[in-house]
Amino acid sequence: MTNAAPILAIDGLTMRFGGILAINKLSFTAQRRQITALIGPNGAGKTTVFNCITGFYRPSGGTMTLVHDDGATFRLDRLHDFRICKYAKVARTFQNIRLFPGMTALENLMVAQHNTLMRASGFSLLGLLNAPSFRDAERDAIDFAREWLERIGLTDRADDAAGNLPYGDQRRLEIARAMCARPALLCLDEPAAGLNANESAALSDLLLSIRNDIGTSILLIEHDMSVVMEISDHIVVLDHGVKIADGAPRAVRDDPKVVAAYLGADEEDAAQVMEQTMEGGA
Amino acid sequence: MAVPAPHPASAEPTAGFGFILKKAVISALVALVLFFLMIGIRTEAGSSGQLIYWTRFGELAAIVGAVFVGSIVIELLRRWIGPVGGVELPASVRGGFAVLGRLLAPALLIFALLVPVIFYKERYLLDLAILVMTYVMLGWGLNIVVGLAGLLDLGYVAFYAVGAYSYALLAQSGLPLPHLTDAFPYVAFSMEQLGPWAFWVLLPVSGLLAALWGVILGFPVLRLRGDYLAIVTLAFGEIIRLVILNWQDLTGGPNGISGIPRPTVFGIPLTPGEHGFAAMIGVPFSPTHRLVFLFYLILALALITNWVTIRLRRLPIGRAWEAMREDEVACRALGINITTTKLSAFAIGAMFGGFAGAFFATRQGFISPESFSFQESALVLAIVVLGGMGSQLGVALAAIAMIGGFELFRGLDQFRMLVFGGVMVLLMIWRPRGLIGHRAPTVFLQKRTEISASLVKEGHG
Ligand SMILES: Nc1ncnc2c1ncn2[C@@H]1O[C@H](COP(=O)(O)OP(=O)(O)OP(=O)(O)O)[C@@H](O)[C@H]1O
Ligand SMILES: [Mg+2]
Repeated sequence: MTNAAPILAIDGLTMRFGGILAINKLSFTAQRRQITALIGPNGAGKTTVFNCITGFYRPSGGTMTLVHDDGATFRLDRLHDFRICKYAKVARTFQNIRLFPGMTALENLMVAQHNTLMRASGFSLLGLLNAPSFRDAERDAIDFAREWLERIGLTDRADDAAGNLPYGDQRRLEIARAMCARPALLCLDEPAAGLNANESAALSDLLLSIRNDIGTSILLIEHDMSVVMEISDHIVVLDHGVKIADGAPRAVRDDPKVVAAYLGADEEDAAQVMEQTMEGGA
Repeated sequence: MAVPAPHPASAEPTAGFGFILKKAVISALVALVLFFLMIGIRTEAGSSGQLIYWTRFGELAAIVGAVFVGSIVIELLRRWIGPVGGVELPASVRGGFAVLGRLLAPALLIFALLVPVIFYKERYLLDLAILVMTYVMLGWGLNIVVGLAGLLDLGYVAFYAVGAYSYALLAQSGLPLPHLTDAFPYVAFSMEQLGPWAFWVLLPVSGLLAALWGVILGFPVLRLRGDYLAIVTLAFGEIIRLVILNWQDLTGGPNGISGIPRPTVFGIPLTPGEHGFAAMIGVPFSPTHRLVFLFYLILALALITNWVTIRLRRLPIGRAWEAMREDEVACRALGINITTTKLSAFAIGAMFGGFAGAFFATRQGFISPESFSFQESALVLAIVVLGGMGSQLGVALAAIAMIGGFELFRGLDQFRMLVFGGVMVLLMIWRPRGLIGHRAPTVFLQKRTEISASLVKEGHG
């Protein structure tokens, strides 16, 4: 039996930086066990939405409600900083990769399990005494990390410094690290940026398997439309901090307002462009 | 992003002799300006207070010439050896070094255990060994804060002072708070009651009080990073020293506290009488016994510090410290509470500083604010940086080199600092990340690797 409520409901979210209105009364929902894509041209405010959701910014207004499978409800706009990951179980990646470069891939995944391990280590006392209960927890954590390293194909490089990994591997490692925090909602900020076609395809598979096999809901910011169209269940389009479209991938792709926003043209021009592409396709 | 190690000399490999000459002329000019007043003109107060001065242009010319030639030689050497750190040793040599490196720590430990045996007759060397071990312990304590958590703390001596004064004051007068002891009679104790156990009871108390001060300092600086953190912690160290200096009623001000109880071998005093330790084990009394005991005491304290640090590093708290040093924002996104993580690093680092302080007080039998000046903080920080931030072995080596070297150059009088500074500069050019610059992972799947220093961050706050 799964919860029918959307995993995340955002209502009237507003974010102001001094005079800049980065997000203006944004409302949308992300459904449970679905991939919801947040797209829009550069500077539309997508990363800002993520920073509000994950507690890095305190929104100027609006509410964000997260509901776990078991019905536990969290008001993200009232929760801050590390608590959003620890209690509300929202994990994220960053537009510019933020791994711990001097730590190994495995260590990166261990840090992500900090709160579980901290409890198991009796806030370090049991850990200092090397209590069996802590050793078990540590072994479980390593096994879980190993599972994720296998999933992203990095088992061989588990003991290499994260900063030494190729770019594409770093991107996948950051996703694995977020998943090791066992999130209910995974927020990915442009995970396909800088990847080649093969890597993008592998990434799509990884995200689909996270949704299908693990059942984690995903919120995805992405510029690579092939990835977005292929894997997302729902798309929200943002431009200048305002939502301009919201719907299934096909509907959004054909929305002239979206095309206009992306091409920086007005609607009539966009309609023309759309027609041309259709003719070209036919 | 990881900043690749700079290769200064490789930038202009083709620049010719003219470039070297130009550099040397500039260096010589700088030296001329710098030393003109310092060496070129010698001043002295005459018999009736008037100013007497004479010029020493010969010496000045010699110095400037030395700088000129030295600059050319260094530049040529750099061309010849190639970029700093770019020299790749053959695999066999590197393997040999690795084996040596693995043997170094156990060898040092065995040597440390044997020091009192080898140098039993040399009181001066025993004293020096105790001093070195004190700094090893302080270095290991500060290493938690600076090396692991990446929090640049310039006021570490404050915790050393808190530990020393806590021990001295409590040992002298029991709890120095009459109204508190009236309200809670069971916490009141006096020296008579504690008797020979004073040191052993008050050692943990001093450590805990220092840890408390670590947290108290930690709170206001939670949001500060890098330079700002360094300045505030520096100020904190000075504040503690000034409070001690001026709170005459409690601390005796500049006169300090004397008559601090000496440590006992778990209750048995190291004194000549029939209840003394010597009589107990049936050997003639010798004042060296106390030195030997003090040495083993500080060695044990330091090894406990080391053991706890090594274990903590492999626990979630230690990994969180290192992760925080690498990237604080990512830590927050993973649900790590930065506040408690920082405070725990400050507290545990401070606690070991407090232990070392209590040991210092009992060793000296007398403490005064002079022992807790900024210079001590700087020295301990230099040990940590020179050792290689985060490396336990490196810190121990650096403490031995620095404190031992300091004594070695005692004959040079005021030039000691000059030599010391020069050696520091050379070492930092040769090994910018300290003696042991790589990081050993805390957990591994297949093989234990070493992470090159260029990837490891030094922390920004
Ligand atoms: N901390 C901040 N202070 C001031 N302005 C900010 C801040 N963060 C974001 N902004 C502004 O908010 C707007 C939206 O930025 P945001 O980074 O969210 O865009 P984005 O959609 O993620 O763009 P991109 O696709 O380039 O990543 C921009 O105009 C930016 O300048
Ligand atoms: Mg962005």
